[in-house]
Amino acid sequence: MTKPVLGLVLGGVLGAFDGLTALFSGGPEVKAQIVGIVIGSTFKGLVAGVLTGWFARKVNSLALGMLFGLSVAALFAFLVAWNQAAHGEPYYLAIMLPGSLVGLIVGYTTQRYGFRPAPEPAK
Amino acid sequence: MKWLSDSAIARLRAVADLPDLRGTRYEIVEPLGRGGMGAVYVAQYRELDRKVALKVLVAAHSGADAALRMRREAHVIAQLEHPGIVPVHDVGTLVDGRIYYAMKLVRGSRLDEHIATPRPLAERLRIFERVCEAVAFAHAHGVIHRDLKPQNVMVGAFGEVLVMDWGLAKVRGDDSPALASMEGGATVPGATEHGTVLGTPGFMAPEQARGDVAHMDERTDVFALGATLRFLVDADAPPPLKAIVRKAMQEEPGDRYASVDVLRADVGRFLAGEPVSAFPESILVRTRRLARKYRTAILLVIAYLVVRALLLAFLGR
Repeated sequence: MTKPVLGLVLGGVLGAFDGLTALFSGGPEVKAQIVGIVIGSTFKGLVAGVLTGWFARKVNSLALGMLFGLSVAALFAFLVAWNQAAHGEPYYLAIMLPGSLVGLIVGYTTQRYGFRPAPEPAK
Repeated sequence: MKWLSDSAIARLRAVADLPDLRGTRYEIVEPLGRGGMGAVYVAQYRELDRKVALKVLVAAHSGADAALRMRREAHVIAQLEHPGIVPVHDVGTLVDGRIYYAMKLVRGSRLDEHIATPRPLAERLRIFERVCEAVAFAHAHGVIHRDLKPQNVMVGAFGEVLVMDWGLAKVRGDDSPALASMEGGATVPGATEHGTVLGTPGFMAPEQARGDVAHMDERTDVFALGATLRFLVDADAPPPLKAIVRKAMQEEPGDRYASVDVLRADVGRFLAGEPVSAFPESILVRTRRLARKYRTAILLVIAYLVVRALLLAFLGR
């Protein structure tokens, strides 16, 4: 799997899983919104994942890849948390911490296991 | 009357042993080492002003058989152009009739000396892989080394790995006229007659130790490589690595790896954290291997789950 595709798939899966964990928080208002949460979280994961995969394709560095994944995921999670806060639910830590860790995982995985296509031969 | 000191006698003896290079394009710089048949010197190649390693037949072995064997060795190496095999530049005869050949001078240390300094297992195995590549190349060209051991592998100052000392090499299925003419019959010196035992104990395959020339093939080198691998790894090597050594060193050639490439592939799989063909895994061993291979990814996922659990426990989210 190429690095961007691996980032896309992993970001999507982990994003969906991260969204689903909201079910365990137990609040009825959260359960009522679970479909929207999962879709939003998955979309966030897909975008952050493909960006991290693209970065992994351009820069061959495990440390920089993990830092990039962490930063992008933290930024997206911040935007979600900021939006939540605007609606009176300030859960910055609860949203940003696991979201950033997901970015770290995607950053590591795309660097370590993603396939980098061979450069095209010179014409 | 004044007696010469021991050191003076030793110096005189060393000078007397130096080969007479008159009529060649080389001059001796310093002795480098001495083997059973040949002495190796650092020599200056005057025409190009560069240093080479010059292997000269020692005087004690200056008979026709040894001379032909040495010339044959030079020809065998010259046929094998590979980064892992030291290239021969020139072969000739000294004024006293002794054979010499010039080869690339490799600055470095023998593999046994190289690993005397503790080095990570992965590094030692990567060196072993490079040895296998060179030997597999030789096999593909019909040459069996027959004296593979750590002492016959050089590790250069820049990490290059070179298989040396092809003096016992056996050529088979090679239609190169130069080689064929030298391997062409039981009475030709250089070819080993049935019953003659040549090699190094501990690294020799059983068929080689019996002098059973007819049954020596690529798997004879597989055995020696297995012994070399055993030398390279610790006594507490992981079970899959021990299984690779065991399989390479089986008594019966048919029970060993069929080729050096297959052996190298198994070592490569071990290095990549994949299952090796010589070691059937139990579920427990497989789980342990996968856990080791994906350790960081697993730790990251665990960290994520722990954070999730803590947030749930303390913040209710």
